[in-house]
Amino acid sequence: MTVAVVDVTPGIVPANEQVFETECQVISNSPVNNDYRLLVLAAPAEILNCTPGQFFHLQCPVREGLQPYLRRPMSIYGYFPEKGELQFLYKIAGTGTAALATLAPGEPLNVVGPLGQGFDIRDDWQNLLLLARGVGLATLAPLALEAHKRGKTLTAICSARSPEMLMSIDYFRDLGANIITVTDSEETSGLENLEKLIEGLIATNGIDAFYTCGSNRLLKLLQTLGARHNISGQIALEQQMACGLGMCQCCVRSFQSPTGIVHKRVCKEGPVFDLQEAMGW
Amino acid sequence: MVDLSVQIGDLRLKNPIMPASGTFSEDLATMLDINTLGALVTKTITHGIRQGNPTPRVCEVAGSMLNSIGIPSKGVDYFRNVTVPYYQAYDSPLVVSISGNTTDEFAQLCEAVSVPGVAAIEVNISCPNIEEDGKAFAMRPSSTLDVMRKLRAATDLPLWAKLTPNTGETSDVARAAQEGGADALVVCNTMLAMSIDVQSRKPRLGNLMGGLSGPSLKPIALRMAYQCAKAVDIPVIGCGGISTTEDVLEYLIAGASAVQVGTATFINPTAMIRIIAELEAYMVAYNFSKMTDIINSVRDEEAADTVVFMETAP
Repeated sequence: MTVAVVDVTPGIVPANEQVFETECQVISNSPVNNDYRLLVLAAPAEILNCTPGQFFHLQCPVREGLQPYLRRPMSIYGYFPEKGELQFLYKIAGTGTAALATLAPGEPLNVVGPLGQGFDIRDDWQNLLLLARGVGLATLAPLALEAHKRGKTLTAICSARSPEMLMSIDYFRDLGANIITVTDSEETSGLENLEKLIEGLIATNGIDAFYTCGSNRLLKLLQTLGARHNISGQIALEQQMACGLGMCQCCVRSFQSPTGIVHKRVCKEGPVFDLQEAMGW
Repeated sequence: MVDLSVQIGDLRLKNPIMPASGTFSEDLATMLDINTLGALVTKTITHGIRQGNPTPRVCEVAGSMLNSIGIPSKGVDYFRNVTVPYYQAYDSPLVVSISGNTTDEFAQLCEAVSVPGVAAIEVNISCPNIEEDGKAFAMRPSSTLDVMRKLRAATDLPLWAKLTPNTGETSDVARAAQEGGADALVVCNTMLAMSIDVQSRKPRLGNLMGGLSGPSLKPIALRMAYQCAKAVDIPVIGCGGISTTEDVLEYLIAGASAVQVGTATFINPTAMIRIIAELEAYMVAYNFSKMTDIINSVRDEEAADTVVFMETAP
C-alpha cells in the first residue's frame, strides 16, 4: 500500500479566498446543560460569509492556571450575518475550552476564519439524514438551517448518553426536521438499532444523502449503508491543528483514493470529506 | 523616510522580516499580502515524495509547542512545476528550503532547485544525516563542512545554512558552514524535546520526540545568533521564538541582519505584518533611518571576550 502526500484536489465546497483574523466581542457564554456551553460573539459581516461545516480557529484567553498556547479549532454552531452573530457550542475538554468558558460578556476573543471546506447540499438531494452524537450535533446545526432554507426534507437522528443530554433537539425541530432520539440509557443507541432505524427510513421515504461527524462507529455504519444502497454522504472530521490554514501539515489524516491511501489536511481539504473516502480510526 | 531594507549577501530584502520554513506556504496569502514580506521561505522539500510522520504531529507545552511533522514533501518536480510559477506573481525573493538524507542526495536536490525564480536556497542541515547514524549535519563542524562544500559545488545561488540548536559546538559549526561556502546562516531550527501525557503515559507526539519552538526557545536561539554573529563574517538570520517587535530588535541588536518569524504566525497569522509596521514606527520614534543603525549594536564591550568561554555551555 503506497501513501502519497497531501492531495490538493479541490474539496467539496471551495474554501474562502479570504480569511480574517478578527477580534470579536463576547455577547454571552453560558451553560446549556451540565456538559455544554454556548458562546455567542458579535462578529463583523465580513467573517460571517460561512458555509455549514466550516470552522474558526480560536485564540482562547490566557488565565491564571489556564494557559493555552495554540489556537483551538472549533466548528461553527451558528452564523447569522443579519444580526452579526457567530456561535459556538462546546464542552470543556481541556485547557483551551476551560479558558474559553471563563470569557465574560464584553470581553474580546480573537478568531481566525472562516476556514476549511464545508458540507455540500446538492440540488438533486431532497431527503437528507443527519446522524450525530453529543457535540457532533453542533457541527450539523448550521447544515440543518441551510438545508431548511433550501426546502430540503430533514431527518435528524440525535444520539446521547441519556435523554437529558440530548442537545439542539428544539433547534432541529423548529427547522421542521423529523427527530429521532436514541440514548445509551434507553439502550436505543446501539449500532443494530441504528441500522434498523436507517434501513426503515430508506425503505419508506428514501434517503439521498447522509451527513455525520465525529464518531468512528457512526462512520462505519453509514459507509456500510451508503455502499449497500448507493447513497452519498459527507463527514466532518477533527485532528490536532497548529496553524489551521494549511501551512504546517500537522492535521493530516489518511483517506482512500483511486490511487491508494493519501494524506489530506483536515484544516484545508476538510474538515468535511466524502463519507466513503474517510477512514476509521 | 525610514529604510527597512537589509542586505543578505547579494540579496537586498525590502525589510528584515520573513517567515521561518515550515510555518509558511501559499495558504498564508488568504490572510495577508505576502508581497509585504522581506522574503518568502518555503517549507523544506526533499527530492522525492515523502509522507511525513505519524500523528499527533503537534502538541503544546507551557507557552510554546512541539512538532514532529517529518518533512512531508511533494518532491522536486512539483516544486519546479507548481510552486516556483506560483511565486512569480510576487516580487519578494523566493527562498527554497531543502533537505537530504545524504550529502550526495542533498547536493543533487540543490542543483535541481537552482532554477530561475529561486533567489536563494536555505539548506536545512539540521535534518538527520543517515550516513552519520541520523545525527544532524549541523551538530558537528566536520559534517557541516563536508555537506556545505558539496552543496556549494552544486549551485551558484546564495546558500543559507540553517543551523541546529542541538549542538555543543555552535561557533565551530558556524565557522565550518562559512568555510564550506555558506552565504548566510539561519540560526536556528527547533530544539529536540519531548512531552508525555501522564494519564495515558504516552508521549504526546506520534514520533515520540519533536522540535520545540515558540517563546521558550527564544533565549537559546538568541544566544546562538549572537555567538554566530561573533564567529563569522557572513550575515546571520535570527530565528527562534520571535513573536513581538521587541524580539526582532533583540536579534538585530545581537548581530542578526534579518529574522524569521515562525510559530507566532500559527498564533496570529497576521503577526509578520504587524511586526513590520511596528518596526517602522519604532525606527521613526527613535530617529533611526536605516536598519544598520540597529544591527549588531549590542553593547557587550569588554564582556565580549567572555564569548569564548561561553562555548563551555554550548
